[in-house]
Formats: sequence, C-alpha cells, structure tokens
Amino acid sequence: MLRSTRVAALLAAALLTATTAACAGGGGAAAPATSPDGKQVITWWHNATQDTLKDYFQDAADRFTAAHPDVTFQIEPVQNETIQTKIRVGLQSNDPPDLFQQWGGGDLATQVESGKIADITDATKDVVESMGPIADPWSVDGKQYGLPYSVGVTGLWYRTDLFAQAGITQTPKTMDEFYAVVDQLKAAGIVPVALGGKDKWPDAFWWANFATRECPQAALEAVTTDLAMTDPCFVKAGQDVQQLIAANPFQEGFLATPAQEGAASSAGMLANGQAAMELMGHWNEGQTTGLTPDKQPLGDKLGWFPFPTVPGGKGTPGATVGGGDGFSCSASAPPACVEFLKFLASDEEQSTFGATNTGLPAAKAAESSVTGTSIKAVLEARGASPYNQLYFDKALPTDVGQALNDEIAGLFAGTSDPQRIVDVVAEAAASR
Amino acid sequence: MVTTTSPRQVAVPPVGDRPQRRSPTGRSSARRRGEIALFLGPALLLYATFVIVPMVLAGYYSLFNWNGLGPLDQFIGIDNYTRAAGDPVFRAAVGHNALIVVLSVVVQLPLALALALLLNRRLRGRAILRMVLFAPYVLAEVVTAVAWQLILQPSGPLNTLLENMGLESWAQLWLADRDLVIYSLFIVITWKYLGFGIVLFLAGLQGVPNELLEAATVDGASAWHRTRYVVLPLLGPTIRIWIFLSVIGALQLFDLVWIMTKGGPSNASVTMATFLIDRGFERSQIGYGSAAAVLLFIISFVFALLYQRYVMRRDTEGALTRRVG
Repeated sequence: MLRSTRVAALLAAALLTATTAACAGGGGAAAPATSPDGKQVITWWHNATQDTLKDYFQDAADRFTAAHPDVTFQIEPVQNETIQTKIRVGLQSNDPPDLFQQWGGGDLATQVESGKIADITDATKDVVESMGPIADPWSVDGKQYGLPYSVGVTGLWYRTDLFAQAGITQTPKTMDEFYAVVDQLKAAGIVPVALGGKDKWPDAFWWANFATRECPQAALEAVTTDLAMTDPCFVKAGQDVQQLIAANPFQEGFLATPAQEGAASSAGMLANGQAAMELMGHWNEGQTTGLTPDKQPLGDKLGWFPFPTVPGGKGTPGATVGGGDGFSCSASAPPACVEFLKFLASDEEQSTFGATNTGLPAAKAAESSVTGTSIKAVLEARGASPYNQLYFDKALPTDVGQALNDEIAGLFAGTSDPQRIVDVVAEAAASR
Repeated sequence: MVTTTSPRQVAVPPVGDRPQRRSPTGRSSARRRGEIALFLGPALLLYATFVIVPMVLAGYYSLFNWNGLGPLDQFIGIDNYTRAAGDPVFRAAVGHNALIVVLSVVVQLPLALALALLLNRRLRGRAILRMVLFAPYVLAEVVTAVAWQLILQPSGPLNTLLENMGLESWAQLWLADRDLVIYSLFIVITWKYLGFGIVLFLAGLQGVPNELLEAATVDGASAWHRTRYVVLPLLGPTIRIWIFLSVIGALQLFDLVWIMTKGGPSNASVTMATFLIDRGFERSQIGYGSAAAVLLFIISFVFALLYQRYVMRRDTEGALTRRVG
C-alpha cells in the first residue's frame, strides 16, 4: 500500500507539473540561473526512485555542495515511465530543468533541435576522451550534449535459487538451450520469464536482442543512419520473437504488467522469486533490491548471462544491446551544472557509484569498484562486446523509436507481424 | 439585472423628462459597468489565458508538422486531420469513447437511479450506505487507478476472491485481455462515478412533493406507477443533466486509462485523450497530437450544443433564455 500511494503521489505530482509546464509554454522569461544572493540553484530530475541509487545521488550532490558552498540542489526523483514525458514537456516549456536524465542517441538529437540543451563539448573534452566510445551516444554531430554515469548491456537476469530448484545446472548459451531451460522451469511450476509488456520497451529489448543476433553490424548501423530496415534479417528477428511467444515463457497477463512499478511488476516478480528470468539492463540489481520485501540486495540469488545465440544468425558474436544513463544540462542552467556533470563522471565519484552495485560506472578507471557477482558478469560482457547496439527507441529519433516500440508491443499482443514492424519504421520515417 | 431595451418594459419613464442630465440612473449604470468589469475581469482573464489561448494555439499547431522542440516552420495545412481520420488507432479511440458513452447511459443510469430510489426510503443504515456509495467519487482518479490496477492483476484480489468462491472460470486477465480490457475499465469508471449520479438523483428526489405521491396513492396508484408516472417525470431535468455530464466525461476519459493500461494492450483501450497525449508527448508529434485534441474538442462541443438545443431546452428555458413576466 505504501508503494502504491508513493507511485500515486509521484504520478499526481508529475501530472500536475506537466499541466503547469504546458501552461507556462505561452510566455514568461526563463528562470534565472542564479538566485539574487549569488547562489546557484540546480534543479535536477533523475529517475532513481529506488533507495540505493536515490541515496547515492543525494550523497553525490551533498559532496559537491560541500566543495562548492554557493551551489544548492533541488532534486526531484521521478518514476522512469513518467520522467520521459516530463522531460519532453519540460523542454517545450520556457523553464526546463537544469540537469536531467539523458539516454542519448536520436532522442537526444530530437531534444537538441529545441536549442535548450547546453553544448558542453569544450568543458568536457578530457572526460570524453578518457571514456572513449562509451560517451558517443551523448554527442550529436560531433558536439557533446551530456555525459553518462552508467553504461551497460542488456542480458538475462536470473534467480540462481529457482534454477537450482528446477535442476538447471548451466545457463543456456543458445536459443535451443534456452527453450530447454524454459521447459524445465515450467515443469517445476516456475514462471520462466517475467516481462513488463505494459511499458512496451521491455518487449523491444527482446526484439532488439534478436535483431542483434540475426543482423550483421552494417545492417544495424544503417538503421540509425538511413532510418530504414532493409535487410531481411529484421523480419527474421520478428519471427524469432513469434517463436519465443509460441513457447509461452512469460507470466500470465504479461501484456498489462508494468516493468518497474511495484512488487507485481516484472522486476518485482524477479525480486520476489515469482519468475526465474528477466531480460533487462545493467540497472536491474539495484532495481530488484528496492522491490524485495526487506529491501535487501538479492546477492547470490541473482545471476546474469548474455542473450543466447540464435542458430544461423549473421550477427557479430558477442554483440550486445545496451545503452547508458547520463545527464544533460539545459542551456539556461547555471555554470555549476556542467561542473557537476564532470564531478559525477570523475574516477573517484564513479568508483563510489560502482560500489553501490546499482549499475556499471561509465569511467574505465572505476571498473574495479564493481564487486557484485552478477554485475561483474555484465561488466565482462560490456568489455568483450565488439559492437553495442544502442536501444533502438533511443538510437532512432523519438517519433520513429516510439512507433517501433508500439509495433513490437503489437507483435507481443498478436496484433502485428514481423514485416509490419519493418514497414512501420519506414512509414514513421517518411512522415517526419 | 442589466437594464434592458426590451419593448415590454414600458413602465420606465423617458429620460428626457428628468431635469438633470447626469441622472442617478446614468451614474449608476456607469458604476454598474465598473462593477461588472471588476467582478468579471479576473475570471475572464483567467478563462482567456488558460482556456481560449491554449485552444487557439492547439488549433494553430495542428496545421504544422512539429515535434514541439524544433522551429515551427513545416506548415502542412489539414494533413494532420486527414492523417487522424485514416489512422486506425485514432478510429479505435473514437470507437472506445463511443462505447463508454453508450455503456454509461445504458448501465450506469438505471443503476444510479435504482440505488437513489432505494436510498431515498427510510431504511436502517441509510447514511452509512450513502457514504459508502459516494466515497469512490471523492477519491482522486490516480489513487483509484493505482488501486484497481492492483485489484485487477492476474493474481490480484479479485481473481483470488473468485477462486475462493469456487468461480475459477470467472477469473480473467482483466487488463491484459484485449477483448476485455475496455469493459474492465468501464467497471472501474462505474464504481468511481456511480456515487455522483446517486447524489445528484437524491437531490432531485427531494424536489418531488410528497403531496403528489400521496394524491397518487389515494387515487390507487401502485408503487411502480407512482415511480413511473410521478417521480421519474419530475426527475427528468436531473436525469438529463446527468446524461450530459456523463457523456462529456466519457468523451474526455483519460486519467484512469492512462495509469491502468496506457491505452494498451496494443491500443485495445486507447481513447481520444490518451491518443493525443501519446502522440503529442510520447512521440513528440505536437502537431499531430494537437489535431487529435482539436477533433476531441469539436466532437465534445458539437454534442454539447446539440444536446443543449434539443434535449435540455425545456430545462434551461425560463432560467436563461427568456425573462418570465
């Protein structure tokens, strides 16, 4: 009950802000970056509503203000599904947040059109250089518009205790082995896979992983550059999804299950041992921690393995689907904003973040701070990955990416087909 | 209230008969205008800022292909409207709204009426019953939606209850079944808004004079006849205003659907309002979303006009349109 009221309160707050922000669109000057007494106030919207990461962000802000007494933060954690809409509305208003969650890619490119995202190329040159290609999604046309604090890859998170209960000794390496595992779990009366179909992007994770196994790197890269999926491998990815659905590995009613909200969400099911696996990003250890009854990390009970190989797939072996979490400053933000971005990306701060085991630090020097067994496995996969496909809904421009997600969700609901997904992307790109 | 030029008001003496030019009537009319400006001004300003201006802007944006972030320079005329008309998802949304409208009138109206008639009688615990039935209406939509989302989960309280009662076959995937989801939402809407109808009808029932009922009883009318031929006709204006409010509410349905299903699974519960928010803010197609918003406005507005003109005419007559006497 506590959780649901919290969710409700957040939603209510978000709706309210959305309304006021929308109303404010008509006129009025941008908010002053500094208050009259010379203090810099940074409003910060992030999506960490679960304790560990939320606390880390608060601590980081406290550490920064200790060194910069003229800076104060107004931190607003917003639930992940809500914050995406909230940021879009905020950027359309004349009073965008100073510092906000940023996933990069085509989504960022769309936002940059507004002219409200701060170009931080010069200020962050050194950091970007040391991060390497990991920081690429936060740049558009050679200019840097944000910095990641956490970058990782998707893969299958699983419950070691439930696998043992079903007599599974090895994690599956191929799809055939995966289906065998699904059957074994079912025979033991365990829901094999939890899926948050209500939010659509978890569906898209499955399709994108199949596409990365089926498609050669050049075909994948062409999606973002040409906004088209011409290679027949993308249709095959849809067929792979259909085969998966036919095996019926998901919980009952997965079409209406949220991904992260509450104990009945797909992450909650994994956290509470009601499902054995979930295809999810690198943040899932932190996510599940907040959804267990005692809010304790699952520890050894949680494991991770990479997405299985698909027989006959033309994808580069070891290629991954992933992306990262970062932040952008708005153009109207006080100068301390970019300083804080660099502070978050510093080796020291990244190590502190890594030690929370809520995600993978973006800075290479901080990799040794990661200690959790499963999160270390994600780190290895990230390091070994020859090509990482940024989540398609982030890599593509916002409208095309969302149209793709909707159609993939339709495939899971049985109202679409593999060819239709490819067509919809072309249609959405044409109507831009 | 306002001085009128109606030819009926011949009793007012001609102004020219008065000796002074600055008559008390003239001064008071200027003062009155000042008063009107003073009292209406702020309300009009607020109304213009928050209702008229956004509506005009939405109409303007709807003529552009615009993502809300870049420059507003791709004028495309009525393309967004033709696109909406041909969009199967928008059509589905209109269909879902229409279904909710029809279901509201066909199901909620008789139910609320029957309960109001029941609660209007002397019965034990009446106050508590009234409160229980009205309580959902007071709850915020968001709270309602979150609570019902939990109740309607596959292994949630409702299905558990059905199973414990030996009705396993009645247990459903209330929100995940594409054929069922819109009806599940309708049940929640009914639960939430029934209390409002009941309270409205109870108020209307207080206006039914006891003398008429007594006279009907003396004339030998049965309870059914008294209800059918005395109570219901006198409740007519209340019923008509309830239908009006209910239809407008059903057309603009948003909060409950957005939180419980986001219009899914796969658009099976999309409404015009969730559609325009999804296209406008999720997909960043502000132009297209605005077009959908304008269409929703036109549909609601046309309904409101026609309904006022043809159905509620007698109810508002005398009160608004013509002065009595």
